[in-house]
Amino acid sequence: MALTDTLYNALFRRNSIFVSSIFVGAFGFGLAFDTATNRFWDNWNKGKQWKDIRDKYVTPAGADEE
Amino acid sequence: MFSRLSSRSLGASARYGSSPAGRVVAVRSVQLDAEKTSLSQARFASSKASTRASLSNNALPITFALISAGSIAWYTHLYGSIPFLPEASANTPAEDGLHPTHYPWSHSGILDTFDHSSIRRGYQVYREVCAACHSLDRIAWRNLVGVSHTADEVKEMAGEVEYEDGPDDAGEMFQRPGKLSDYMPRPYPNEEAARAGNAGALPPDLSLIIKARHGGCDYVFSLLTGYVDPPAGVEIREGMNYNPYFPGGAISMARLLFDGLVEYPDGTPATTSQMAKDVVTFLNWAAEPEHDSRKRIGMQACIILSALTAISLYVKRFKWAPIKSRKLLYTPPK
Ligand code: HEC
Repeated sequence: MALTDTLYNALFRRNSIFVSSIFVGAFGFGLAFDTATNRFWDNWNKGKQWKDIRDKYVTPAGADEE
Repeated sequence: MFSRLSSRSLGASARYGSSPAGRVVAVRSVQLDAEKTSLSQARFASSKASTRASLSNNALPITFALISAGSIAWYTHLYGSIPFLPEASANTPAEDGLHPTHYPWSHSGILDTFDHSSIRRGYQVYREVCAACHSLDRIAWRNLVGVSHTADEVKEMAGEVEYEDGPDDAGEMFQRPGKLSDYMPRPYPNEEAARAGNAGALPPDLSLIIKARHGGCDYVFSLLTGYVDPPAGVEIREGMNYNPYFPGGAISMARLLFDGLVEYPDGTPATTSQMAKDVVTFLNWAAEPEHDSRKRIGMQACIILSALTAISLYVKRFKWAPIKSRKLLYTPPK
């Protein structure tokens, strides 16, 4: 009960807060979800993607100027 | 009131009492006013309910019928013939080509990206070997940037090739060094020149070859590594080569990959199969440049969509539980 009451008072009571918490929540969830899935992805494919081997081929800026 | 409930409806209320949503749903009873409910309405309601019931009773056979129709359509689309029907074909298995072995590609899993070091080596094999005969029309220099090479490397490679451009102010075409936006140079100016250079056979453009052949990567790999002496009794014309994976067995392209043909800067031993694997990975990338992000976004979409499906199933049951577990009681007029 305490939790539902807190939730109700904090989020659902005023429509303006309700709507903006949906927007903020969507933004935050998007960030968190992308970060988590991309981290899993990069870990799963470790060593295979371009960003993993890129360091072997880039010449540091200015190094190739004669 | 409750004493009037038949044993059957009591059983039902007991079932719904422990509804999946985990809530105890009170049995609600609705008294129907006999004066307001005409008999015909009541009959109409019951006949409607029975049609609905027969539809849901048949859900299983309907689903299976749809699945079978779908798989027959899919099979027909894929193999060009209806399944389970005998079909006359004058082809021998040799004329259809040997089925390629299935190889464990580093990118074959649903979550696996390409091995980009392999793409880089494969580009080298394409450039040093295959590009002498095969074009790669759909790939521009810029496509390699951030995939297998850095922008500086690609600019330098493109700059070594001359492209015709123009017209200039005087209306003349002129030659200029290549830039990132140019497409891969072709070995022959046109199809006729390509045929003339290859005893009448056209080396196909390799941009989409992995998608364009049954067996994809496995086929091209088997083709490149599968050259053998023709078996006894098989005649191969002058200028043709025997390859059991090529439909018909006689292919104009000779065996090209031999151990040590190229020298990999990263020290990978350039065996025949290593070069074939690398060039096939490169060609697979050329045919599906979107491959890596497609799989990543596919993974994300599956997670989100299955979570949304689960939520909507839950909400549906949550909302329907009281409606499904209520009781309608008819109290006849005294
Ligand atoms: C000497 C020229 C030449 C070179 C070099 C060459 N090919 Fe070919 N290739 C051909 C010709 C000609 C054909 C057409 C064969 C035919 O239709 O009989 C062909 C056909 C193909 C095919 C299509 C086979 C089919 O199923 O229709 C593939 C795939 C292929 N080559 C890949 C490669 C790869 C990969 C390399 C580099 C390792 C390469 N080729 C190098 C001449 C060449």
